[in-house]
Amino acid sequence: MADNISVKDIIKPENLVHKRSSVMTDNIMHYCPGCGHGTTHQILAEVIEEMGIQQETIGITPVGCSVLMYNYLDIDMQEAAHGRAPALATAIKRLLPEKYVFTYQGDGDLAAIGTAETIHSCNRGENILIIFINNGIYGMTGGQMAPTTLEGMKSSTTPYGRDVKLMGNPLKITDIVATLPGTYYVTRQSVHKPGNVRKTKKAIRKAFEYQKHNKGTCFIEVVSNCPSGWKMTPVESNKWMEENMFPFYPLGDFKVPEE
Amino acid sequence: MAKLKGSIVFDIEKCKGCGVCVTACPTEVIAMASEVNSKGYNYAEAVNMDACTGCTNCAVVCPDGVITVYRVKI
Ligand SMILES: Cc1ncc(C[n+]2csc(CCOP(=O)(O)OP(=O)(O)O)c2C)c(N)n1
Ligand code: SF4
Ligand code: SF4
Repeated sequence: MADNISVKDIIKPENLVHKRSSVMTDNIMHYCPGCGHGTTHQILAEVIEEMGIQQETIGITPVGCSVLMYNYLDIDMQEAAHGRAPALATAIKRLLPEKYVFTYQGDGDLAAIGTAETIHSCNRGENILIIFINNGIYGMTGGQMAPTTLEGMKSSTTPYGRDVKLMGNPLKITDIVATLPGTYYVTRQSVHKPGNVRKTKKAIRKAFEYQKHNKGTCFIEVVSNCPSGWKMTPVESNKWMEENMFPFYPLGDFKVPEE
Repeated sequence: MAKLKGSIVFDIEKCKGCGVCVTACPTEVIAMASEVNSKGYNYAEAVNMDACTGCTNCAVVCPDGVITVYRVKI
């Protein structure tokens, strides 16, 4: 082929290497520009498509920015009361054990109001996948402090930064669930750079494979951004996340099965 | 020597102008348009398609699934 191949010759079905997953609906998502919720939705849809499990997957949506997730992934989904997604997932998985069941929750949902459901589902080793989006803040309601807010981090309820003497220390809930015998696979990833997105996608794939073999709870934390709540541009927020969130919430595996 | 040549297509109406794809592209193919889409976002566009290798980095980080990537070996 000649070096001066035209764009028209490249854009052909046989040369396709990446497109939006067919498991994504055509709806425009309501998320703010550059929000990691969107990126995580894309790879979750890709995994469901690649595994051919669109008809067998049931997702539980939280209360938080991702409350309307069922408008974006073309799979069966059920909305839970705030923080109760793992309890609902428990019921659905126990009634329909052949389905792939996941929850998708923010840090306010999973690590504040839903702490009990999170801990006990993981402790019981429910055969579900929990996807935990940690953006250090309550995004949906206007950027209030969450349990995960960093020491000194500004939020609408900590305008001078989180004072740990007054407000307690940020909660590393992923570290906690990793100590519970019911969890099988626990990892912390991000979706802000291409390499990280690919790794998180692999983690989701692995978690669904484990679920197929009834291995127990899989827990994937995604350290994410909230450009609106943090009052930064998306690109700035990703840089801030690397510099401030990753030192406290280092990326990597907590618990990997011995195989 | 075999070389990879790529081409990207944007679903402009879904773009929110976040600029994450611009920083993800290793060969500086993408920039933000001065025009806006119907939502009022300055959308992303390819300004240097010749440099595209079809690595898919831009599409992989795009939160809104805006970018389709094609690639050929020449
Ligand atoms: C019982 C109950 N309490 C409080 C609220 C208000 N509320 C809505 S979303 C939210 C927190 C969302 O934060 P997070 O889970 O971190 O998700 P994000 O929006 O950041 O993705 C709160 C407190 C509610 N809807 N219901
Ligand atoms: S408020 Fe924050 S978490 Fe919610 S969609 Fe916007 S950027 Fe994302
Ligand atoms: S990453 Fe996606 S939404 Fe953001 S500017 Fe690029 S094409 Fe638009």
